[in-house]
Amino acid sequence: MQRMNTTDLIKGGAIWGFIVLELVFFSVAGSFWSLSESAFMDFDNMLLLLKQSAPIGIIAVGMTIIMINGNIDLSVGATFALSAVVMLDSMNWPIMAGLGDWAIPVAWLLALLTGAVLGFINGIIVWKTGVDAFIVTLGSMLGFRGLVFMYNGENPTFHLNWTMVDIAEWDALGVETPALVLIAVVVVAWLIMTRTVHGRNAYAIGNNREAAVNAGLRVGPHMLINFVIIGTLAALSAVAFYSASGSVNPNDGMLFELWAITAVVLGGTKLTGGSGSIIGTFGGVIAIQLLRKGLGHIGADTETVNLVIGSILIAVLFLDRQLNRKGQEELKV
Amino acid sequence: MTNDRLGKFAGVLARQGILVAFILFMIGFSLWNARFISVENVFGVVRSSAILGVMALGVTFVVIGGNLDLSVGSLMSFSAIVVLDLHENPAFGPALAIPAMFAMTMAIGALNGFLVGYLRLNSLIVTLGMLSAIHGLTLTYSGGQNMDIANQQATWFGIFGRGTALGIPIPVLIFAGLAAVLAILLAKTPFGRKVYAVGGNEVAATFSGIPRARVVFFTYLISSFCVATAGLIQASRTMGAQNTVGQGLELEVLAAVILGGASLLGGSGTVFKTVIGVLILGFIQNGLLLAGLEFYVQFVVTWIIIILAVWLDIAAKRGRLWSPIA
Repeated sequence: MQRMNTTDLIKGGAIWGFIVLELVFFSVAGSFWSLSESAFMDFDNMLLLLKQSAPIGIIAVGMTIIMINGNIDLSVGATFALSAVVMLDSMNWPIMAGLGDWAIPVAWLLALLTGAVLGFINGIIVWKTGVDAFIVTLGSMLGFRGLVFMYNGENPTFHLNWTMVDIAEWDALGVETPALVLIAVVVVAWLIMTRTVHGRNAYAIGNNREAAVNAGLRVGPHMLINFVIIGTLAALSAVAFYSASGSVNPNDGMLFELWAITAVVLGGTKLTGGSGSIIGTFGGVIAIQLLRKGLGHIGADTETVNLVIGSILIAVLFLDRQLNRKGQEELKV
Repeated sequence: MTNDRLGKFAGVLARQGILVAFILFMIGFSLWNARFISVENVFGVVRSSAILGVMALGVTFVVIGGNLDLSVGSLMSFSAIVVLDLHENPAFGPALAIPAMFAMTMAIGALNGFLVGYLRLNSLIVTLGMLSAIHGLTLTYSGGQNMDIANQQATWFGIFGRGTALGIPIPVLIFAGLAAVLAILLAKTPFGRKVYAVGGNEVAATFSGIPRARVVFFTYLISSFCVATAGLIQASRTMGAQNTVGQGLELEVLAAVILGGASLLGGSGTVFKTVIGVLILGFIQNGLLLAGLEFYVQFVVTWIIIILAVWLDIAAKRGRLWSPIA
């Protein structure tokens, strides 16, 4: 933390440099190739971008915390879907009809509770059985998805409530609710990870679990809390997204885990744990969404997006390794 | 004395737990429904597991070598689309389409191997990036269209997915044959031992003069060969494919490999155990369907079985059920 040399600065700022590069590139390229009249850097376009980043972004924040802690969560996509199903289905319950519009916060709470419980299940299994988080959440990715299907078969679950849509599309100075939620989540998570004992311990455990144990930290509860956090955030992402759309398919949220991990890694968080930042992840999320929008803006096919993002991910990994070469990491073989 | 022997027996039981569970499961279901163990049903299950199984064989090598391959699902879609497209191309025809597809698929596998083996990049992220990149490549190649064979009667291409020999479905024969060859490669050759060595302890392997990079490279090449085979079976069986035909298979394949007892840390696992893992998934799905349950119940059952299998395996190794994590 104390030693901030040039390499660290390059690494820390890399994602923002990349974003600026994207902005410049798409603005310039857009003026030649774009079919639309509006400029890419249009303020409204940027606000829309923030809103569109919200579902993956909120989950990616949780994933950052999990990965800093030295774990991984592959079940977030399924958690996202199950929370959404619970939220929309609960509003169709007869008991909720009597509540009027008060059904909305109750449904939201139920969704968040679902996410928290699913996260708790993952966390307690990782803690108590000692099975690697990768395997545990790989299993629960299948299991939670199975629960989604068992809940409502292969049918979509829907409930349209105009009050809820209004809340979801409410905006402050043009920034709509999902974007506000994303920003709030980023700020709170950043505070947790940099200003609280739990955050500091999470870094310590991810960096060197044995040393953390020897220092007297209780590893299990911290991991459990982090799994509950990511479960709740996956549910919050579902709340922010489905309050507006009002309909969820049982396959929704598939591959979200992989998109979230991509954003987190682009943002500079290490898979090995112990390092990374929430702000970096926010940059990663924005960079990916910018790329999607930008390629669409200059008229590239949507299929190119996958190709470009995949290549960039590998390139980032390669550059990161080159930058780290002269550090201590090389000794670890 | 008796206690000791009992303890040993329990240890063996725990170590071979997945095999024991498999046998118990098969006996239980057979008693409950005689159709379960009938020849047609068993062949049916193995045939429908063959695509997953063939992919799992290759991933076993990668996992034993201490790496992951999340790109197999995307790559399988790619190979199926490519082989169908080339089949329809008059310049190729089926006889040339198949080797051309294998070459293209294995070129991508070689790229994986180069990035993870020679450049030493983290395999999880590399193959995650490749998952996305290959999907983009497939969509670009096909222009987003589904591929179909127009005249399905006029081609012998369907033999790999639909044919039978001596009453045994060809996909089953391919799966069994490939499993046998790869089992020998892994267990009986110097290369196989090197894969275990690299996965078990990279540093020790390097100091023993084992070319880590080359070994890892070949595990990915084997994986992509298996994926190409799976893509061939898939394309041949349906005579057409969507761009997303393999989507999500990467994690199911990994589940089968882990269920078979391969450690994600590398250095352990066998081809035979992976086959058991694949069959368990296949027969559970089949058994639950025969029991009249919806297909998605298998997801939940698979979840519970994966966790239990891995948990009991670790518990047996560390000698206590609950983890020592404070």
